[in-house]
Order: sequence, then C-alpha cells, then structure tokens
Amino acid sequence: MAVLVVAEHDNASVKDATNKVVTAAKAMGADVDVLVAGSNAGGAAAAAAKIDGVRKVLHADGATLAKQMAEPLEALIVPLAANYDAILFPASTTGKNAAPRVAAKLDVMQVSGVIGVEGADTFVRPIYAGNAIITVKDSQTKHVLTVQPTAFKAAGNGGSASVEAIAAPAGPFKSAFVSEEMAKSDRPELTAAKRVVSGGRALGSSEEFHKVLEPLADKLGAAVGASRAAVDAGYAPNDYQVGQTGKVVAPELYVAIGISGAIQHLAGMKDSKVIVAINKDEDAPIFQVADYGLVADYKTAVPELMDELGKAGV
Amino acid sequence: MKVLVPVKRVLDYNLKVRVKPDGSGVDLSNLKMSINPFCEIAIEEAVRMKEGGGGHAKDSMTEVVAVSIGPEQAQETLRNALAIGADRGILVKADGEVEPLAVAKILKGVIEAEKPDLVILGKQAIDDDNNATAQMLAALLDWPQATFASKVVLGSGKATVTREVDGGLQTLDVDLPAIISTDLRLNEPRYASLPNIMKAKKKPIDVKAPGDYGVDTAPRLQTVKTAEPGKRQAGIKVKTTAELVGKLKEAGVI
Repeated sequence: MAVLVVAEHDNASVKDATNKVVTAAKAMGADVDVLVAGSNAGGAAAAAAKIDGVRKVLHADGATLAKQMAEPLEALIVPLAANYDAILFPASTTGKNAAPRVAAKLDVMQVSGVIGVEGADTFVRPIYAGNAIITVKDSQTKHVLTVQPTAFKAAGNGGSASVEAIAAPAGPFKSAFVSEEMAKSDRPELTAAKRVVSGGRALGSSEEFHKVLEPLADKLGAAVGASRAAVDAGYAPNDYQVGQTGKVVAPELYVAIGISGAIQHLAGMKDSKVIVAINKDEDAPIFQVADYGLVADYKTAVPELMDELGKAGV
Repeated sequence: MKVLVPVKRVLDYNLKVRVKPDGSGVDLSNLKMSINPFCEIAIEEAVRMKEGGGGHAKDSMTEVVAVSIGPEQAQETLRNALAIGADRGILVKADGEVEPLAVAKILKGVIEAEKPDLVILGKQAIDDDNNATAQMLAALLDWPQATFASKVVLGSGKATVTREVDGGLQTLDVDLPAIISTDLRLNEPRYASLPNIMKAKKKPIDVKAPGDYGVDTAPRLQTVKTAEPGKRQAGIKVKTTAELVGKLKEAGVI
C-alpha cells in the first residue's frame, strides 16, 4: 500500500511534526510519500527528502499555496488521492482545517487525532478530551487521518528521496488571505519544545503572566504555554493554549504554575514525561497527574525556583 | 439574509465520562446532557447578527435557524438554541452515533432546502472531538470555509473572519455563502432569560429524518474497543523548591 503524508512546513524547512507523521505512516506498513505544498518551498521539499523511509517527495509550488488554505489544498490533494490508500495530515490547525475537506470530497469518514496505529486499517484515538481511548477499524477503501504528532517518535533525517515537482492549483478560490499576526518569539515552538512552562488564571493579569513565566522559561530554555482560563482572561494569546481544544504537548518537562488542572487542560499535557505543579491550593486536580507537586504561592515559589536552578547550574 | 446554525447534544461539559467495564463504550446513562459549548457560541454569534451587538449591525441576518441531528431529546438542545434567540428549529431524528460525514450530508440537504447565506457551526463536539463537520460540509457544498473563528465581520457579499491558528491569528475573506466554525473566544454566550426560555417553548420545530435527505447514517468506522486512558503514577509532594530541583536533576530533565 502507499500513503501520502502532507508535510507541516514553513516553506524554508519541514517541522518536526512531519517526521512524526511519517513514523505513523510507516507503522501502517506502507510506502510513504510526502507532499510539500507551499510557495518558494524548495527548502522544505529538500528537507522532506531527507526524512528516513520516504520514497518520494511531491513538491507543489505556487502563489495559491502560500498560506496552505483549505480550498487550494483540497484542489491539489483530491486528484492525488487516486494513487494512495491513505492520506495523513498532522493534527495542526493547517491539517485539521484541510483534512476533513479532502475526506468529504473522497466520500471518506476521517479518523481524527490518531495517537496509535495498529495496522493498515486500525487506529487509536482519544475521545472526551482523552478521558476515553477508542480503537477504530476503518474498512473504507481509502483512509484519511489526522495524526497527533506528539504520540509518535520523529523519523530521522538520513534519507535521500527524489523530489518530483507537481503543478499547484490555479484557482480562483472563494476564500482569500487578508493578513496574519504571528507571534514572534525566540523561545522554542510550543508543540515541539522539550520543556514547557505553563501558567493559569492564578497569575491574575497579563503583566504578571509574562513577568513570572518568561524568565523561568528562558532559564529552562522552555516554551510558554497557558491554560484555557488564562487565555480566555486575556493573560496570554490564543496560540499558547494547551488542552482539548488547544495544543497537545508532550515535552520532557512540563511546569504548571497556578493551573488548577481541569480535565480539558490535562488532555493537552498529560503525556509529558515529567510534570511539575506549583499551586497554593493543595486540592487542585493538577496534583493528581503531577510527578512533583509543590503547594505554594507562585509569587514566592517561582523566584525561589529560579535561585535554586541557578545554584544547580541551570 | 438567513443564517443556519447546526447544534449538537453532548454530555455536559462539567461531567467526567465513565468507560464501561466491558470496554464496549462510554456510559452516558442518567448523565446530564447539554448543548455542545462550541455550538452555543455559534448560536450566540448568529443571534447577535440578528439583534445587533458583538460588532454586528442589527438585522445583518433576519432569520436564525437552528438544526440538530440526534435523538428525540435533541429537541431540548434546540430549545436551548431557541431560548438564546434562534427563530425556529429543525430536528433531524437519528438514534445512535451519526458520524461527521453523515451529519455533513444531512446538513447539505437541509441547506439546499433552506438556502441560508451563512452557516455557523462549532469547531468540534466535546464528545467525539472530531473537528470535521464544518470542513466536510464546506467541501460537499463547494463553499469556502473559515474555521476556528475568533472574530467575524460581515461585509457586502463576503465575511472577513479572523482565525485562531497555531502561530497566532490569520484573517481571511470568504465569499458568501460560506461556512464558519467557531473557536472559544468568538463570544461569550448569554444566559437565556426565563421569559426567553418560555418564549422558546412556543417557537416551531420541524421534525425530519435522514431519509428525507437521502442520507444513510450507518457508521463507516467501527469502534472495536473503548478503554480508560493510561493512568499516570501518583507523584509526590515536595516541600521546598530546593527539593524540587534535586528531584528534577535525579529525573534527568534539567
């Protein structure tokens, strides 16, 4: 069988999520091709060709693909589907936006947010914010999946697949890009970071959120995340949100500060290797998943933690 | 101008699901069911387009139609939507699980009959967490889509929608008719007032069947097992930050 993996990329390079979805595709026992759809995305196509186990990279390049919007991706991918048994997207906002559109055009019910592959047609996925895990058998002749990258190990970068140029869709389309406001940060990207420092509503204000969390994040080389409550309260931007409806992260170290630990938040971080919780409410549910809990006011605990990390040479 | 808002009946947001001991599914018996929170946001936005508010001029939309696909009790979900301010409801009665692809096919049939100018849906239902119906519906209709919306501005023959994406915010123009799916920060739904709840009881609800739209709701995917998630080992409480740093060193994560 053959699987097409739709790459997560920024035109210059592929994101780590792509390598992880390739691992999921290989677990289906298939030949794996990668599609890089972008604009001036030669760098990303070359990077995709290096992913271990990739047979071929398809590179579609054109202005209509610059923002990887759903309509042009549908127009590009649906005709390619004839050559594949399955199409896998990363469960990023780009993948989640386009995958169901492609699936519906192919008259396929997609399997969303896959965290396990048990063969060519059997997949594991969470429902109810991860409070139940289902195994589904997909007997359709074609499969469309979104794959939760954090659930898979990244394939290496020692390969040398060929790159085949294919045409970008011409349009016109009924949706048009207007503008974007992307967060600029020197910190690692939240979903790929090895360490994450995350804050909740207890921080009380946007100023406090940034003043308390950012120095700690920088000391640890960590990304900054937030609970939904903190984002809803305006303390942190939407792209910081970790949880059922935000991002799913699985870093080596997750430090939750002033986060109570609603099930919707836990859904986004409970697969972290080590979880630290600092909260002054000793009954906060976050302590039920934390490896190390410290019952303390963040106002004193975070500066102390900074000192102790300094003493420990971090 | 008419706006159509599909709404789903789901397990209440505040309740925790129980997996049946035999692994055959989740146990929903005797648990409170509510309108899916993202659908509630969709209804609120549509009603603001009619009443004015939230940046929308009054009568931007002149009729708000709510539609639900589900069991008889999904009438209650429609009454919720009507109490927020929808004008009338359509219940497409279907028992058992209806997958997003079948939901999208039914909605396509409803839309061909109702001819709305705009459809607003929740981005995902908090039970199956699929995040698929809006995009599938857009594909079946060949309409443009703007998913994960945090702001909607209606213009002449188009809508300008700000979307919550991984790196920040993205703004699109979509030609109407279009499909919009709501994210959490689009609005804060109102609490329906008692008079409006009473009024909602008198608003009309049409009852239909999937067959009326020629749709087969047999699931494409077969759930072979439902399991509890792996439990984390219970951790420990540390007394000081010094002890915490020591433990993190031992664990090799700093």
